[in-house]
Amino acid sequence: MTTDQNSTSGHLASGTTLDQIQDDQLLPQLVAHLREHRTRLRQEWAGRIQEAGLLHAMTPQEMAAETTSVYDNYVEVLETGSVEALQRYARDLSERIIPRGVETHEVVGIVLLLRDVLARSLFEKYQGGFGLLNRVLDAYEPAANRIANTVAVSFVDERERVIRQQQDSIRELSTPVLPVRERLLILPIIGVLDSERARQLTEQLLTAIRTHRAKVVVVDITGVPDVDEAVANHLVQTVDASRLMGASVIITGLSPEIAQTLVTIGVDLSKMDTIGDLQGGLEEAERLLGYTVTRENGMASP
Amino acid sequence: MTAGPKLVSILRQGPYLIASIHTALDDGQMVRFQEDLIEQIGRCRSRGVIIDVAALDVLDSFGSRTLRTTAEMARLRGAVTVIVGIQPDVAFAMVSLGMGTGTVETALDLEEGLAYLDTLRTRSAPDGRVRGPR
Repeated sequence: MTTDQNSTSGHLASGTTLDQIQDDQLLPQLVAHLREHRTRLRQEWAGRIQEAGLLHAMTPQEMAAETTSVYDNYVEVLETGSVEALQRYARDLSERIIPRGVETHEVVGIVLLLRDVLARSLFEKYQGGFGLLNRVLDAYEPAANRIANTVAVSFVDERERVIRQQQDSIRELSTPVLPVRERLLILPIIGVLDSERARQLTEQLLTAIRTHRAKVVVVDITGVPDVDEAVANHLVQTVDASRLMGASVIITGLSPEIAQTLVTIGVDLSKMDTIGDLQGGLEEAERLLGYTVTRENGMASP
Repeated sequence: MTAGPKLVSILRQGPYLIASIHTALDDGQMVRFQEDLIEQIGRCRSRGVIIDVAALDVLDSFGSRTLRTTAEMARLRGAVTVIVGIQPDVAFAMVSLGMGTGTVETALDLEEGLAYLDTLRTRSAPDGRVRGPR
């Protein structure tokens, strides 16, 4: 395809000096042109970004610094054809700007704006010879598209990494097993209980039963938004497994709606010890363990 | 009898028998363990049996069924059975596979098991008969 076009354009425009440039010299020439007009093109680009209303999370100074580095990286990729340095830079940049709320469309928009600004400047430079312009664009476009692609992918990758990290920390935070009295644990469950989390939760509970030598565990499900058959079965399994370890489990925090749902779908909860709220559950657990809580006279309610 | 170290020890401790399983048993060994234990209950006139499975990191369906039936047989011979020391992994696996210990009492470890049997004895009738589980 390229050779075909080369021969045609060479044939049509023979005589003009510009068209005698070899293909392998096109890109270096292009890069030299972009380097030469660096300041003007960069400012034009920054102006376009502002016009489009992108990146208002950044101050003008930051924007000037970042646009300069992006520009230099961009030209470098055109020159060397290797996107690795750009990839690193894009990841690093994403890491800095994601916490400030920069969106994917902004990042992609900015890179595409730069591509357009540079393409316009090429049109201007090579407006004399249509054949040569075509060849220049043949060299420029694939590289430019590859850059846009790389930046977008790096940005999305970085975002996904951040999301995964946050998911992990939420998962760890959300299943605390807390000793409240000797041999009494509470396990407040907050959030959706899927099978993976239920497994993890049971595992943590069983380990905690062993380390704390717990006899009674109060599982509070006030923070579980939906209790369906699957969740109920997970709970039954947790209760059974705890019983095998010699601990009895009290489930608390069943709202009227949840109670109604469970009865309607016909989950067998006859083996489970349930009490309306956490307070009641703790009182029952204390009774099972033989604790009696008394309040001194004169220290009555505020 | 197989040579080498003993796979199971059945020790007498006051009115109770303590049976510790030291390693994973195959089906034949499991059955032999059951026979030994039931026989010992009669000989020692035991009122309670503790089966300690703390050393086991796997317990298959035959194993848990044998433990269940052992407990049932022990009850008929007048002894309450407590299974102690089920590891967290084993407990989770048993529950996931839908095999439990039925109505057999379970406790965290040997100490807890003994404490449980003691409470049963203090609550039992004056003639010394131990109440069955549940």
